[in-house]
Amino acid sequence: MTRIGKKFQELAGGERALVCFLTAGDPSLAASEELVLQVAAAGADLIELGVPFSDPIADGPSIQAASIRALERGTTLAGVLQLVRAVRRRSQVPLILMSYYNPILRYGLERFAADAAAAGVDGVIPSDVPPEEADEWLTHARRHGLDTIFLLAPTSTDERIARVAEKASGFVYCVSRTGVTGAQATLPDDLQALIGRIRARTSKPIAVGFGISTPEQVRQVTRWADGAVGGSALVIAIARAGGPAPEIESLVRSLKAATRAA
Amino acid sequence: MRRDDFEDAERSTALNTSIDYRAPDALGHFGPFGGRYVPETLIPAMDELAAAWEAARHDPEFQREFAEYLREYVGRPTLLTYAGRLTEHCGGARIYLKREDLCHTGSHKLNNALGQVLLARRLGKERIIAETGAGQHGVATATACALFGIPCEVYMGEEDVERQALNVFRMRLLGTRVVPVSSGSKTLKDAINEALRDWVTNVRTTHYVIGSVIGPHPYPALVRELQSVIGRETMEQVRAKEGRLPDAIVACVGGGSNSMGIFFPFLDTGVRLIGVEAAGRGVHSGAHSATLVAGSPGVLHGTRTYLLQDGDGQVLATHSVSAGLDYPGVGPEHSFFKEQAKAEYVAATDEEALAAFETLSRLEGIIPALESAHAVAYALKLAPQMGKDQVLVINLSGRGDKDVEQVARLQAAREVQS
Repeated sequence: MTRIGKKFQELAGGERALVCFLTAGDPSLAASEELVLQVAAAGADLIELGVPFSDPIADGPSIQAASIRALERGTTLAGVLQLVRAVRRRSQVPLILMSYYNPILRYGLERFAADAAAAGVDGVIPSDVPPEEADEWLTHARRHGLDTIFLLAPTSTDERIARVAEKASGFVYCVSRTGVTGAQATLPDDLQALIGRIRARTSKPIAVGFGISTPEQVRQVTRWADGAVGGSALVIAIARAGGPAPEIESLVRSLKAATRAA
Repeated sequence: MRRDDFEDAERSTALNTSIDYRAPDALGHFGPFGGRYVPETLIPAMDELAAAWEAARHDPEFQREFAEYLREYVGRPTLLTYAGRLTEHCGGARIYLKREDLCHTGSHKLNNALGQVLLARRLGKERIIAETGAGQHGVATATACALFGIPCEVYMGEEDVERQALNVFRMRLLGTRVVPVSSGSKTLKDAINEALRDWVTNVRTTHYVIGSVIGPHPYPALVRELQSVIGRETMEQVRAKEGRLPDAIVACVGGGSNSMGIFFPFLDTGVRLIGVEAAGRGVHSGAHSATLVAGSPGVLHGTRTYLLQDGDGQVLATHSVSAGLDYPGVGPEHSFFKEQAKAEYVAATDEEALAAFETLSRLEGIIPALESAHAVAYALKLAPQMGKDQVLVINLSGRGDKDVEQVARLQAAREVQS
């Protein structure tokens, strides 16, 4: 079991998991290292590092802009793995890489699985790879003990939910709404039903992301799911602060507190 | 079934219904290429679209409807014109032009847009979106939406909105909302990104009319079949005029829909199929769009195919004098054809395309689109090497009215330089 599975097990008693997303290399890999540590110390249970890509079709304006900044600073997948190595020397927080497929393909699936595992990555979210296209990756990921977290969406049929969840490991990532990443004022009406449909078809932990930015939203979501993913709000705060800052700590603390409210 | 039998059996219909060549498989793979690399939210819509397409292409009523619109609205069949003075100029093969420039809206793009809008109506979608680079696909989609009274929004890179002001105006005149895209390189690639983001958000009510044989399954196969009317007509016409198949067919390749449309019915018949990409300022200049000639396999816009990318898998900026070829990817089936040597791929530079643009205008009285001028440019090299008893077909995918202003500017700039 990876650090991801252990973390969900550890939390299963009372509180839920807070997953925090940061774009790796924004504003720099050195700053990302300090930010990961600050976010973990402030209460993030798991951390997702977004690998910047030139064509992020699933992302809204905030994370697109962060990707562009990171690429302009010369961030590569190899650099992100170095960042993971550096963090691992200082923290045991579960680390997940969220990446579009092409940078991983270019790096080489087998080489990436080996290097990521050696660096201390626990899981990978290949955001534009459905399970149908993932067999080769899954072979390498399993051999190197990496979890692969697949996405489920409001449009996923029951039959698909069962199939996708079966191939996922670590947890399943429930996309809260039809849309791209980015803060939203309200949660979609059908979210509880969606989580229920997933829960009925898998015993794996469920974390909900996309459009979750406030403690109130985290509180709501973690009433039904095992975890909540905060992304764009944190990415915006990082863009403003340019590195570790008190407001980032207080944002993460407030989101984490909401996972204990139930 | 042999291809000839197929041709005879299917002559009266607008769609392929049965063919030897089996690609893609059920998941959209052309060998190692193709497939579906999109966020989960879109996968059920892809399943729905694939199922609707399978039903439609086997439905005589849909075929009849599509064929009727092609005939009565697009103006098909388009002519196969013998290019006498061009033939004489080259001194080799007899050259024919497949006249997609004579389609309503000025290019082959309407074949696909119309077919997909008919399909969207079957699916009960109430809104259409599309991307466009040069504006030809945007205009075609806007036209089909006007014809059926469906609201339409077209994503277009900010840079292209400026470069192609005339087509922006045409789309607006047709009742379409043009959405300028300011992210990334502000061109076609980013317009597709933005259209995909819209679609992820509005997938339940919206159909995305992709303009080429790119994107996740079923688009490459769907667009291929909607465009392969070009090749089927060509086959019939060249047989009527020459009593046999041509020796070679030349077509330009950006995403690759006009080339796929004319190549597909000739697959495995022994006819040389040659796709011409945009070499821009030269394939070694770093300023080109020659994906198959100079790229490497990867994943972009939902499909596994050749790409122009850097060593870290980031997609590169491209260049071509022709906005319609200015794209860092290519249809996955072309990647498969390249790997299987079912077709050949070459590239023509901006300079060569501009020269061909003038040559065809002067010799034949036909002003080609700058995209199509790339095919003409390669034909100018190939025809003289062929025998006088041989036959060469150029797919003239669009007319050049949209490019006249740009060419005039480029000529003026050249005169200033010299």
